[in-house]
Amino acid sequence: MSADFLYGIEVVINGLMAGVLYALVALGFVLIFKASGIFNYAQGVMALFAALTLVGIMEGQVPFSHLINAIFGTDLHYFGWTVPALLAIAITVVIMIFFAWAVQKFVFRHLVGQEPIILFMATIGLAFFLEGVGDLMWGSDIRTIGLGLPQGGSLWIEEATASLGGDDFYGFFLDKLDILATAVAAVLVAALVAFSQYTKQGRAMRAVADDHQAALSVGISLDFIWILVWSIAGFVALVAGVLWGVKSGVQFSLSLIALKALPVLMLGGFTSIPGAIVGGLIIGVGEKLFEYLVGPLVGGATENWFAYVLALIFLVFRPQGLFGEKIIERV
Amino acid sequence: MKDTVDSYVTADGRTIGGVMMEMRNITLRFGGVKAISDISFDIREGEIRAIIGPNGAGKSSMLNVISGFYHPQEGEVWFRGAKRPTMKPYQVAQQGIARTFQNIALFEGMTVLDNVMTGRLNKMKVGMFGQAIWKGAAEREEVENREAVERVIDFLEIQAIRKTPVGRLPYGLKKRVELARALAAEPKLLLLDEPMAGMNVEEKEDMSRFILDVNDEFGTTIALIEHDMGVVMDLSDRVVVMDYGRKIGDGTPDEVRNNQDVIDAYLGVSHD
Repeated sequence: MSADFLYGIEVVINGLMAGVLYALVALGFVLIFKASGIFNYAQGVMALFAALTLVGIMEGQVPFSHLINAIFGTDLHYFGWTVPALLAIAITVVIMIFFAWAVQKFVFRHLVGQEPIILFMATIGLAFFLEGVGDLMWGSDIRTIGLGLPQGGSLWIEEATASLGGDDFYGFFLDKLDILATAVAAVLVAALVAFSQYTKQGRAMRAVADDHQAALSVGISLDFIWILVWSIAGFVALVAGVLWGVKSGVQFSLSLIALKALPVLMLGGFTSIPGAIVGGLIIGVGEKLFEYLVGPLVGGATENWFAYVLALIFLVFRPQGLFGEKIIERV
Repeated sequence: MKDTVDSYVTADGRTIGGVMMEMRNITLRFGGVKAISDISFDIREGEIRAIIGPNGAGKSSMLNVISGFYHPQEGEVWFRGAKRPTMKPYQVAQQGIARTFQNIALFEGMTVLDNVMTGRLNKMKVGMFGQAIWKGAAEREEVENREAVERVIDFLEIQAIRKTPVGRLPYGLKKRVELARALAAEPKLLLLDEPMAGMNVEEKEDMSRFILDVNDEFGTTIALIEHDMGVVMDLSDRVVVMDYGRKIGDGTPDEVRNNQDVIDAYLGVSHD
């Protein structure tokens, strides 16, 4: 096989793996949108906040240390201990569940029945509020996550595949972290699907997503389901935040991964979990292939805009997305 | 008067028990508009109780008060001998009161089977983690619930459409699926909001038969709203008549039929 073709395949594989991460972020949006009709602009910030919290807890950082020091004149920064990764993850999950509860209790409970645009504005406010809280709690330094996840190209795969091509092909270059991220995302998605299909709470969740009034009449508490959905979205945000954080450091620009999810949502539809996954894969492969094939001709940096152009084209021909419900208006 | 006795047996041999639900001086306002003013009536164990009246009389509002969707400004709701505190709809449902809606509220994206299954949600007791492990108790519970659902599906003769997404069904069948979901919860009190609205004669006959059978075989107490006077008179044991938010009649179909206020409300009367 020719080396160019094989490198093309490598680009596709890398695109698929990038796409899984996009899908993961998009999934958080879909979950909340389906259950409550809220487009949660804060999803990206939730990923940032979760990652920040995880790092802070693991390193034994004192939360709100700047505030405490300013008020009491102390000089606290670290507790002086480190927390094992699993325990830190558990604590972070509890904090995200608390966040979900607080969001429901203090914000969206009071906005039931409001226009979607108002709910959307509320999530924008929430995004900036949460970013501020993250800053106040953990400081604004760029952090690295010391989870000990493998990183760098996998030599084993490179050597195993080198023989596929001729002398000018050196084997597939695949990042170990990307492979791990793909596996994690796949497990997470499978778990979510199993949860929504086979458990009582999952059934209730699907019921609420379908019809609020009917859900109430069979004895489902909307409040509880919304807290549950925000909690799951918080957990998905944690996973996405960690995987991206390991890649590029935990910094405030992490919240911009939400913007990567937007074209995925336009492509896959806002209400479809399979749509988020397929949409993520298409965007991932599409932008990597485009960069590989067309990028050199136009001076590169196509990855920044290609996803949006693709999504726009899709919008023109299929406004409801690949898997979204078709909008039929009776006259 | 039948109101004074504890229980009695109807002409067709069903036993009607004591008072199950009692509405006491209910008043419901939306802003300045009174939807219901000072209405009292009761529903007895095992009976079919109808609420009738012209359009805008406040019938649906009354049903929404019973099911907790609306909260009256004045008055009390008594259920099984205890005053009911202000409850959310899902709490009312958990108490054993199931309902259907005038405009049908089904889960359109799910199959008929899944829709009916949601009616069992409150019967599932095993927690999230028990289900995650999916052994023993959770499995037994699932089997039990499936059996109950199949019984209801058999009963309402919708086996043929078990796997059909509800969104594709015709109107009359949707109404039946909604009834099936309500029945799956094994309710003590079943509220039906215009179960026969928009149906043709044949569908109406089917639905009437199902309502009578449900009442007869499961002993379910039923309160229903209906426009069609003929149907109501055939089905119900006792009838409340409402007009402009007030109660203008209450009694057996025969008593109501001969009530002058009711005749005026339905046929119109000149106010001069």
